Amino acid sequence: MSGPAISTRGVTRDFKAGQQTITVLHGIDLDVRAGELTFLVGESGSGKTTLISIMCGILWPTEGEVEVFGTDIYDLSDDALVDFRLQNIGFIFQQYNLIPSIDAASNAAVPLIAQGMDRHEAREKAVAMLEKLNIGDQAAKLPNQLSGGQQQRVAIARALVHEPRLVVCDEPTAALDAASGRRVMDLLREVAVAEDRACIIVTHDNRIFDMADRILVLEDGKVTHDGKHMPEDH
Amino acid sequence: MIWIAIRMLTGDAQKFFGLVFGIAFSTLLITQQLTIFVNLLERGASGVYNVSSADVWVMDPVSRTTDVAYAMPSTALDKVRGVPGVEWAVPHIRAQASVRTKDGDLEGVAVIGVDDATLIGLPRNMVEGSVDVLSQPDSVIIDDVGMTRMFPGQSPIGERLELNDQRAVIRGIADAIPSFTSTVVLYTKYSQALNYVPGTRNRLSFVLVGAENPAEAKALSELIEQETGLKAQTREEFARDGVDFIIENTGIPLNFGITVALGFIVGVAIVGLTFSLFIRDNIKQFGALKAIGVTNGKIRKMVAAQAGLVGLIGYGLGVLGTVGFISAFSSDPTFKGFYIPWQIPIISLVAVTLILALTGWLALRSVLKTEPAAVFR
Repeated sequence: MSGPAISTRGVTRDFKAGQQTITVLHGIDLDVRAGELTFLVGESGSGKTTLISIMCGILWPTEGEVEVFGTDIYDLSDDALVDFRLQNIGFIFQQYNLIPSIDAASNAAVPLIAQGMDRHEAREKAVAMLEKLNIGDQAAKLPNQLSGGQQQRVAIARALVHEPRLVVCDEPTAALDAASGRRVMDLLREVAVAEDRACIIVTHDNRIFDMADRILVLEDGKVTHDGKHMPEDH
Repeated sequence: MIWIAIRMLTGDAQKFFGLVFGIAFSTLLITQQLTIFVNLLERGASGVYNVSSADVWVMDPVSRTTDVAYAMPSTALDKVRGVPGVEWAVPHIRAQASVRTKDGDLEGVAVIGVDDATLIGLPRNMVEGSVDVLSQPDSVIIDDVGMTRMFPGQSPIGERLELNDQRAVIRGIADAIPSFTSTVVLYTKYSQALNYVPGTRNRLSFVLVGAENPAEAKALSELIEQETGLKAQTREEFARDGVDFIIENTGIPLNFGITVALGFIVGVAIVGLTFSLFIRDNIKQFGALKAIGVTNGKIRKMVAAQAGLVGLIGYGLGVLGTVGFISAFSSDPTFKGFYIPWQIPIISLVAVTLILALTGWLALRSVLKTEPAAVFR
C-alpha cells in the first residue's frame, strides 16, 4: 500500500455554544496506516469522537483536509460522500444500533442491501461472515434473542461484510469485562486488520492499550502522543 | 432497503397496529359519514326518482321541490298538453295529511295522487300486491319504509286507516325510495286524493310530462315555460333542486362536514403521534443507517414505504368497514337504497394520503435532521 490510509492536514473543528465558539480540534495533522490497529485515546471532551467522525466522513471539519485512501472526502458532493462511506467504511458503534425487528443475518447484510445487492444474496454473504465470527448458528435470531457479546459480533459482521478498506470502532469494549474485552480485540485483530485495511478504535479502556499497534493520544483537541505504547504519565 | 423499512415497521406490532387503526378509523369515519351524507341528500330528490317515467316536471313558478310546491289550477294540465313535443301529460298531487290507525295512533303522512287512467306517478316496483288495486274503492298503496314505521312486524295489507276523516284501505306495498324525513307515503288515484286532501281552490301540485323525444327534455321544458308561463324542469334539474333545498335549508352539510373534519383530525392526531413515536424509537437505527451510507433519498423512500403500507392496509380496512356497515344496515328502512358513490372512496383516499403525507413529513424531518455523527455520541 503506497501512502497512508487516512491523512488529515490542519483539521480544525469549531462548535457554536450560544454566542460562544468552542474549538474542539486544533489543526490536526495525522496519518493512519493500513495493516495496523490504531487506537485513538483521550479523556471525555478531548475531541476523539469529533476527530473520528471527521476521519470517516460524517462530520465536516471547519478547516483542513481529510484524505481517505487518496480521496479528499470533503471535496466530494454530499451524495458521493455518502456513497464513499457505503463502499469504503465499516462502522462498529458502541451501542451496536442493530435493527431490532430483523434477524442477525439481515442486520449484518444491511450495507450490502444498501449497496443494492439482492437481499437473499446479501444474506448469504452475511451468514458466511457470521460463521467466520463463530455465530453462524445465531443467524436467524433477532437481536433481543442474542447476548451482548453476540450482538457485538453481529455489529462487527455488519462492519466487515462489504469488505470496507477502513473500519471504525467506537468504544468496542466499554460494556464488557476485561476478559470479554480482550476476546473482542483479538477478534477484531483477526478479522478487521488486513494489509490493505485500516482499523481505528476509539477507546479510553486502559485494559486493552497493550493490544494496539499504535496509540494516538488526544488532549484538548491536539495529538499529544503518537507511539506503540501509552505515555507513562497516563 | 424497502424491505428493511417494512420490517422495522411491522416488527413493532404495537405501533404498527396503532398506525393501521388510526388510518382505518379515519377512513371509516370519512367514508361512512360522506356516504350517509350523500345518500341523505339524494333523498331530497326521492320524489323525483320514484317517478322514473316523467321527463319533465311542470309546476307553479314558486314551487321548489316535490315537498315544497304551490298548487296550480287544473287548467294548467290542458295548457301543458297543448305544447308541441309533449307526448303525454298527467296530473300529480302531493299533499300532507293525518292518519289515525285502528290503534288510535296519529301519524303525519304524504298523500300522492297519481293519474287515474295511466297510474303514472307510482314507483316502478311493488313489494306486495299490484298497482291495479288502486281501482278498488278507498284503496291506497303504502311505501315499504312507511309500512315498517306504521306497522312494524306485521302486514299492512287490508288495514283500514282514517285518512283526514275518510276511510282508506291499504291494498299494496310500493318499493319506493324514502323521503328525506322518511315520512309515510300513501299512493292513491288522483281523483281519490282530491277527496282525501282538504279542499282548496287549486290542488294540482305538478303536471308530469313525457317528451316525444326524451333526449330533448331540456328544450321541451323551456318551451313549456315559454308557452304556459309555468315552471318546467327536467327530471335531473328537479332532482338537483331537491338536493340543493336540503343543502341550503338544513344543518346537515355543516354537521356531516364537522364529523368528516373530525375524522381527518383524529387521523392526523393518532397517526402523527404514533408515527413520531415510531421514528423516535428508531432514530438511532436511522442514524446508523445514515452513517453506514444510506442516503437521505433512500431514507425518504423507506419512510414513504412505511407510510404507504400503513395507508394501504388502513384504507382498505376502513373502506371494507364502510361496505360492511352499509351491508349490515341495508335491511334497515333508514338506510334503504344506500350505496357508496365511487367518488367517496377517492375522497377518502385523498384524505388518507394527506394524513400520511403530513405525518410522514413531520416524522421524516427528525430523521433527516439527525446527523450521522450523532451515532458516536
